[in-house]
Amino acid sequence: MASNEEILAGLAEIVNEETGLAPEAVELDKSFTDDLDIDSISMMTIVVNAEEKFDVKIPDEEVKNLKTVGDAVSFIAGAQA
Amino acid sequence: MARKVVITGLGATTPIGGDVPTMWKNALKGVSGAHTLTDDWVEKYNLPVHFAAKASTPATEVLSRVEAKRMDPSTQFAVVASREAWKDSGITEIDHDRLAVAFATGIGGVWTLLDAWDTLREKGPRRVLPMTVPMLMPNGPAAAVSLDLGARAGAHTPVSACASGTEALHIGLELIRSGKADVVMAGGAEAAIHPMPLASFAAMQALSKRNDSPETASRPYDISRDGFVMGEGAGALVLEAEEHAIARGARIYGELAGTAVTADAYHITAPDPQGLGATRALKAALYDARALPEDVVHVNAHATSTPVGDKPEYTALKAALGDHVDNVCVSATKSQMGHLLGASGAVESVLTVLAVYHRVAPVTINLENQDPEIPLDVVTGSPRALPEGEIMALNNSFGFGGHNAVVAIRSTGPKVEMA
Repeated sequence: MASNEEILAGLAEIVNEETGLAPEAVELDKSFTDDLDIDSISMMTIVVNAEEKFDVKIPDEEVKNLKTVGDAVSFIAGAQA
Repeated sequence: MARKVVITGLGATTPIGGDVPTMWKNALKGVSGAHTLTDDWVEKYNLPVHFAAKASTPATEVLSRVEAKRMDPSTQFAVVASREAWKDSGITEIDHDRLAVAFATGIGGVWTLLDAWDTLREKGPRRVLPMTVPMLMPNGPAAAVSLDLGARAGAHTPVSACASGTEALHIGLELIRSGKADVVMAGGAEAAIHPMPLASFAAMQALSKRNDSPETASRPYDISRDGFVMGEGAGALVLEAEEHAIARGARIYGELAGTAVTADAYHITAPDPQGLGATRALKAALYDARALPEDVVHVNAHATSTPVGDKPEYTALKAALGDHVDNVCVSATKSQMGHLLGASGAVESVLTVLAVYHRVAPVTINLENQDPEIPLDVVTGSPRALPEGEIMALNNSFGFGGHNAVVAIRSTGPKVEMA
């Protein structure tokens, strides 16, 4: 079980690895597409890496609902519970 | 009168240099880029060949980490070489709708394909990267170069095994002559130093097995040659309509005067022993360049160092050039950098252009006892000065499948001293 802060830090690391964005740019209110400029292929890579890192399942149909970093953190926290 | 096409930019990343100046310096010196492989997979799979000629500067040291992650190694090499060529051309402004790409590969994204297969088997479909398809497709290098330069007049991918890189110049010339583009980034890239291609080429007895001496394993024309040495990298050339180059005051290396592509229709891998397809390609390239055999002073030969391959090329040169073949000096640069497969024609075209521009032919190494059946005037020991006046040099490339590609480079000015 990871705290929300730990999930955010882990996600920021994954986003950095995929896109080169500075981890501190990955904030809860940021939109993956509009603010972080992450395309659908990168998003799928981030999702799959997050599944492995946090040992959760993120169904494909759920990905479109993960608009912001906060949405992803909440979903992962919920899935871990 | 067809549009004249000139060469205004050169780029390369090879086993004997990560850029053109380094490669050229080493090509004149005569060094080997072949070394014993230290990868754990050599022992793991008990490969019969323990060496290859890896790129001297890994592309991942040149590209950013994020950039490299989305590219197969073959595409990484293509982008590195084309960026160097583009910078070298000095083009700052261009109509991007008139800029095309012709970037070849022999095999395509073999690392990506096989890594994804391993991932699928070990971890399941969910872990296969979403970028797998665009990374493994053979048009990946051409597409990446097109994207990088904003080239919108088409991005083409000739795939003709080891003739691919030279065929890219053929396509580039046609694109400019026919008026479909004013500038073409032409080249070839390959990254196949992977256990599977090594095992496959070894299985067909195409690779040298001189494991105790990698540096002397690639020995074109030598009586003891026993196969080629696998290399990797990319070469890139900026082809430009002459009037476009003159209008912007470009530095012109030489003219891409003529090209030709033929097919043997003889055997899937063995060259026609009489070299008929290669002869037709040589004659057609000269005709395309409106040149005579006597105009040719230098040939960068395909010469891979296989027992069966080197001789038919001589037969073809003799048939196409006649007695003048004795006056032509030949460089077999695969002796230094190994065989870059789909990139070889592009890299060797870069060397051919430099030979014409600087009027000096690079060195062939490892030739100790020349095969008496191949009495060519091979440049060994030290580089050979080429004559003054208008000169022409040829680059030959032949590929499995019976593909033959030849380009003819003509000088456009007096000798240019090396910096």
